[in-house]
Amino acid sequence: METQKSHLNYIEDTQGRKGIFAWILSTDHKRIGILYLISITTFFLVGGLLGGLMRLELAAPGETVMDAQTYNGLFTVHGIIMIFMVVIPGLGAVFGNFFLPIMIGARDVAFPKLNLFSWYLYMTGALLAVYSQFAGTGAPDTGWTFYAPYSTDSSTNVIPAVFAAFVLGFSSILTGLNFIVTIHRMRAPGMTWFRMPLFPWSLYATAWIQVLATPIVGITLMMIVAERWFQIGFFDPALGGDPILYQHLFWIYSHPAVYIMILPAMGVISEIIPTFVKKAVFGYKAIALSSIAIAGVGYFVWGHHMYTSGMSGTARWFFSFLTFIVAVPSAIKVFNWVSTMYKGSIDVRTPFLYAASFIFLFMIGGLTGLVLGSLASDVHVHDTAFVVAHFHYIIFGGMGFSFFAAIHYWWPKMFGKMYNEFKANVAWLIVFIGFNVLYFPQFIIGIQGMPRRYFDYLPQFHTGHLISSIGAAILLTGIVMMIVNLMKSRKNGNPAGINPWGGVTLEWTVPTPPPVENFDEIPTITEHPYTFD
Amino acid sequence: MENHKQQQDHITPYSTMLKVLVGLLFLTFVTITVTGLHLGAFTVAVALIIACVKGGIVITWFMHLKNETPIFRYMVFGVLLLYTLIIVITFFDYAFR
Repeated sequence: METQKSHLNYIEDTQGRKGIFAWILSTDHKRIGILYLISITTFFLVGGLLGGLMRLELAAPGETVMDAQTYNGLFTVHGIIMIFMVVIPGLGAVFGNFFLPIMIGARDVAFPKLNLFSWYLYMTGALLAVYSQFAGTGAPDTGWTFYAPYSTDSSTNVIPAVFAAFVLGFSSILTGLNFIVTIHRMRAPGMTWFRMPLFPWSLYATAWIQVLATPIVGITLMMIVAERWFQIGFFDPALGGDPILYQHLFWIYSHPAVYIMILPAMGVISEIIPTFVKKAVFGYKAIALSSIAIAGVGYFVWGHHMYTSGMSGTARWFFSFLTFIVAVPSAIKVFNWVSTMYKGSIDVRTPFLYAASFIFLFMIGGLTGLVLGSLASDVHVHDTAFVVAHFHYIIFGGMGFSFFAAIHYWWPKMFGKMYNEFKANVAWLIVFIGFNVLYFPQFIIGIQGMPRRYFDYLPQFHTGHLISSIGAAILLTGIVMMIVNLMKSRKNGNPAGINPWGGVTLEWTVPTPPPVENFDEIPTITEHPYTFD
Repeated sequence: MENHKQQQDHITPYSTMLKVLVGLLFLTFVTITVTGLHLGAFTVAVALIIACVKGGIVITWFMHLKNETPIFRYMVFGVLLLYTLIIVITFFDYAFR
């Protein structure tokens, strides 16, 4: 039975609730997306601030602003916040929640209440993580990987931090489950698999990783608790355990987790490039299926994190071989994005600048990944600043820049206001320069032998560290400029209109901001998602 | 409506449920029994195989996979294959250490 639909947009229609309750009790996928946006941005700023403090300590050799134990706590907390609370949920929880139903022609996700529950789980996990930093015996000092025997022996707050990651994992699983069912069951009539836009495709591949890989790390973290509380010897050799088993179990999840971070980022880029090039994306099916291929092969490369751990030589070459294979579907995407741009009518706007930066930075991250994926060269740079630089080029240069691209692309649709593009472009330039000044020197000092996770260093690494710290200040300035510009647009921005960029996917056909149920009538899809006249 | 009808069409009789329960209890007994045998490197493999069979029984009858459309069976098969490969690859390391 067709019910009377509200024509108010999702911001105006509070469904009879007042103040904050209109947000924290709403099951509207768009409001939940905004809840995640606020939460994740807040944690990103906290994690970034901690990273900034680490850079401050490293700006000069010796103990400057903190001691070694504080530094250990800082890099652990920075990692836990950024990985589990920012980059893993990031794009899927914010833009997936907001745009997935609209892009596939649905009124909401399949399980709206479960969706809200996922946010509550996320916040519970996040609060536990915050608690672990300040209460009891002090911030955990194991690194975000909780490696045994650090995590089984450390006297710091490891257990609350482990429980935090466990609860955050549940949130991730439920979001993934929701997206899988939504995509299977709720696509608009006529939207076949190969008429579905590429961002939903990437979310679909990601959701399977979330559902299947996350339970493994959940159990692994509980094994740490069991060993600490009940002396069950999973990882401690003295109790009959094996510390390398922990690394296997942890990376069985945590390497696919890299794809939880990067696949939606690739989906965002696949949306932005055709819109600003005004061309159908080149190799649509190859991009769509390469997401599935990355998700599939990505499960079997975890051992490349463990080349120096004491794993068998046979297993090492096996994982190295598979690691090189996973580069193929990633390269397919990059070739297709570049081919889409070839002879296109490129409109260089802010989202495109971030998308193009993504490709550039992701390529640097990817190619330096080959140095680490290759057995012989990895041994020399393992656990050095080279790994830190590679990781940040992939995660921040990839997922982070994609998040910035997405927020500038979809902001007008989400809030109905256009930001100041000139200021946004200036902020982009500062962010881009700051990012490279911050992380590129770490490749060099890493190759020269600077170990990661050290709060002090030899004098020959001073120049590299100093440049890196200056880059951190530049990057922070750019990010603050970007956020201020976006926030000011909420008040002073010009109305954005329904389709400010000339996009052709379904979100650009609904009113701005979208109404509560997205569509008056569910559209019937008759053509390819990127058909430009 | 259609889904509701489908669900009503697939009520598993109590007798089948009882047989499944007995089967699961028997396999639990087998699991406990084999822990007393010294199977060396195969101890874990045997335990996992029995656990997989039990899981398969639960999914097939208790969770009604038997009555679902093929796509769900493919999905479950894909998941089992994935976990099998993960476990095999992990033990691959131990076998060659």
